Amino acid sequence: MRIRLSVNGQVYARDVEEHRTLLRFLREDLGLPGTKEGCGMGECGACTVIYNGRAVNACMVLAVEADGATIETIEGEAKGDSLSDIQAAFERNHAVQCGFCTPGMVMSVKELLRENPKPDDDEIKEAIEGNFCRCTGYTQIIEAVRDLTGRSGEKGGLEHV
Amino acid sequence: MYDSLRPEELSQVGKSPECADDVEKLCGTATYVSDMELPGMLHAQVKKSPHARARITRIDASKALAMDGVRAVVTGEELDYRLGLYVVDKRILAKGEVRHHGEAVAAVAADTIEIARAAVEAIVVDYEPLPPVLHHMDALKADAPLVHPDLGGYSYMAAAFTPMPGTNIANHTKLRKGDVEKGFAESAWVVEREYSCPSVQHVPMETHVAIVQWGKSDRVTIWTSAQSPFTVRNLFCHAFGLPHNDVRVHIPYVGGGFGGKAGIGVEPLAAVLSRKAGGRPVKFRASREEEFSLLPCRSALTYRLKTGVSAEGKILAQEMTLYWDSGAYADYAVNVTRASGYSASGPYEIPAAKVDSYTIYTNKPYGTAYRGFGHVEFHWAIERHMELIASAIGMDPLEFRLRNALKPGSRTLTGEEITEHTGNVRKCIETAAKAVSYGGLTKEEAERERLTGWKIGKGVAALQKAPAMPSYTSTAVIVKMNEDGTVAVNLALTDYGQGTYTSIRQIAAERLGFPLDKVKVSFECDTDKDPYDWQTVASKGLLLSGNATILACEDLLKNAYEVAAQALKANPCDLGHDGDKVYLKHHPAKSVSFASMAVGLALSNGNGIGGPLIGVGRYIAQGLTFLDKETGEGSPALDWTFGAHGMVVEVHPETGEYRVLKIASVYDVGKAINPEIVRGQAIGGMLQGLGTAICEGYIYDKEGRLLNPSFTDNKIPTAKDLPLVIECYVVETPQIDGPYGARGVGEHSMISVAPALGNAIQQAVGAQLMHMPMRFEDVWRAIGRKEAVDNWITKSPVGSCRSAPELRNRE
Repeated sequence: MRIRLSVNGQVYARDVEEHRTLLRFLREDLGLPGTKEGCGMGECGACTVIYNGRAVNACMVLAVEADGATIETIEGEAKGDSLSDIQAAFERNHAVQCGFCTPGMVMSVKELLRENPKPDDDEIKEAIEGNFCRCTGYTQIIEAVRDLTGRSGEKGGLEHV
Repeated sequence: MYDSLRPEELSQVGKSPECADDVEKLCGTATYVSDMELPGMLHAQVKKSPHARARITRIDASKALAMDGVRAVVTGEELDYRLGLYVVDKRILAKGEVRHHGEAVAAVAADTIEIARAAVEAIVVDYEPLPPVLHHMDALKADAPLVHPDLGGYSYMAAAFTPMPGTNIANHTKLRKGDVEKGFAESAWVVEREYSCPSVQHVPMETHVAIVQWGKSDRVTIWTSAQSPFTVRNLFCHAFGLPHNDVRVHIPYVGGGFGGKAGIGVEPLAAVLSRKAGGRPVKFRASREEEFSLLPCRSALTYRLKTGVSAEGKILAQEMTLYWDSGAYADYAVNVTRASGYSASGPYEIPAAKVDSYTIYTNKPYGTAYRGFGHVEFHWAIERHMELIASAIGMDPLEFRLRNALKPGSRTLTGEEITEHTGNVRKCIETAAKAVSYGGLTKEEAERERLTGWKIGKGVAALQKAPAMPSYTSTAVIVKMNEDGTVAVNLALTDYGQGTYTSIRQIAAERLGFPLDKVKVSFECDTDKDPYDWQTVASKGLLLSGNATILACEDLLKNAYEVAAQALKANPCDLGHDGDKVYLKHHPAKSVSFASMAVGLALSNGNGIGGPLIGVGRYIAQGLTFLDKETGEGSPALDWTFGAHGMVVEVHPETGEYRVLKIASVYDVGKAINPEIVRGQAIGGMLQGLGTAICEGYIYDKEGRLLNPSFTDNKIPTAKDLPLVIECYVVETPQIDGPYGARGVGEHSMISVAPALGNAIQQAVGAQLMHMPMRFEDVWRAIGRKEAVDNWITKSPVGSCRSAPELRNRE
């Protein structure tokens, strides 16, 4: 089936098999491997992309469903040479370790801040609950989001005793 | 490597620059092996055993071979290789007999993953099921089936391990110190208990994946998501009998490891398929389910402890028996057994000790290294035991811990003397206790209890760990200067998120006296081009590679000074340098730039001197010894990192539900090279430790089938599982042979989180938990019983996990 969709502002028209997931379509057909596969079963959130404004697991969407859709992925996040505000806040707050959950995490945060520019901690946790991270313990990610919403002072530290 | 520099004299170390590789990761341009495709690449899938133990009577792959797009089918029958880091006991594909549910028996490489999947389905395997041995305590019985009847014929590292042919014991580590019987006889109290924990999955977000191309003349190239490029190459060459020069291993970005990718994994499987497919590259990426059951997990443990204590609360003697469930293969589990054998008491002084630590084969997915290397599991036991002893003898648990904690002059189980430089465990314990206001409730906590009806309790648990590694573990680092005077650092230690490269970069910039932006640590390891490193494991990377980096920088500076001395017609001893140039100290205007010397200096007449500036640093662990196989005596520890966790928890007094209100972590890191990275390790490990404490664990049915190989059934912590308050502390007792005084801390944050929680729950509601994970229902049952109870998840089919608290007061 032929589909036509917008990804990061670029329009693509492609023939796809009906069973192909949006995740594999993005990674393998469009050459956008920034979106990761952590489980392929909609459990871990590594493949989170923004689909018509909503954060979704791309492994749970068929490419044919995305006909006519507007998709945002991690590859569209930086603007030219500069990191987006979210990316810069993640970097500044040491919110990245192995990096495999990072693209999906950034997408979830992006959706959150669009809907709710001043989230409290519970709302931040709610928004990224579906994005598993095995490395960071989430705290520095939450601090990055606080930093983005004018709460950069609310950050823990390493105390020397 | 430690200069007693004051913090203000350090320009890079002790600061928290951002990680240099974060930009690639944040933009989605960091390439992981799971993202890679090569021209002509095939996709692999494996046929897996539905039985825990069975004889393979027939494999018919004819239908699979006949399918369009199938390029190779391989079965275990046609392969005659064995793999193993310490005990060489594992085949690439099962041959003759399958030893666990989910074990691979055949594999296919095909043009697409869909074809490979269909081909695997078309392979017919006939089995004759055999009775499996599923619980490690059952496996010790005289009439237990043998998982490896050929154990006596396997090769193994004899200096460190002792397999027992004719049994299911892959290794027995012994330690004997002092007169244990005398110690018990003199004790006022003897407390004997048993603790356990189940197998757990590492859960790297990127599952195991490798691409292998078996090229012409048996030259093999491997791209793999692994922790240790040289160990992958070494084990691969040993298995296939290939010269090391003919095998090349690349490791690009890696999506998490936690020990599960420490050794060799799926590389040999992809390799035999590539060879059979005429040298086309083959990619095998484990599914999430395969990550749970085809690839290794953390070993389950049953730990029996018997402790004799004097009337004053001093431990006089301790008998420690650890039964490790290695599953079907020994892999790293034998070394977990060994490391836990010499560390099994935790950071406490035990005058008379007897340790027996066993690695036991069962018909289950096999055990390997996992963050903490056994210490998470046995500290669960030790630190719960310390709590239960204290409550049994009527002493405050904190006081009991401090009374027995290691201090300068103490001797470890192996007889090593603790000095004032080793690290300060008492300060860690005291800091953790203070952070959670141990000893009572704060005004706010008391008010919270009154309002909610939930009970608040507090717990503290200490920890220790030294790297578990060969006594002669070594590494090398090369620092190369570029034409513009910047430098690149090459090493084969991998950074899969720990931040080691950023710390190494800071160390290099510090020692060179260069600004940070002039120093790069080269990403992507390559065994053909990087200098040797043993493995990226054991929290040894910062110390060994950090020291090698310092030595490499000194070597580069020495070489630069020699050239500059000629150019400036001066003695090297009269020279100084900054980030740009080498100059005469008494005439600073006379100088020669690093850039002009970087690839060889051209003198004014055109003569060239010097040559490309490089520095080489080699470092090997100092003063470590083999351990005596009968007594365990010797020096196994590169460095001891001590620490403690403090916990505040509120528990519903009837239902057993609980919430972690606060956790405080304290480690004696020697020197925090990058405090924010240390904090990231502290919090990341803490939450992984909470996962293991609260909810994670393998569940099997009676036939040995894993019932929960998914995130739905094997939950890991999410952002919502975070404690309300997290505080991170470090003590800095410099490690004299550590880079700028630093010692490793990557694993320690996961150790002793679980017992701190168990201790806090006990203080809150009296529940005596001896098995983890501690699910709400386990707490509920323990509240009702007011005594130690089994955990259904680790419950043994024969009740061998049943705890019989035998508290005797001899007076």
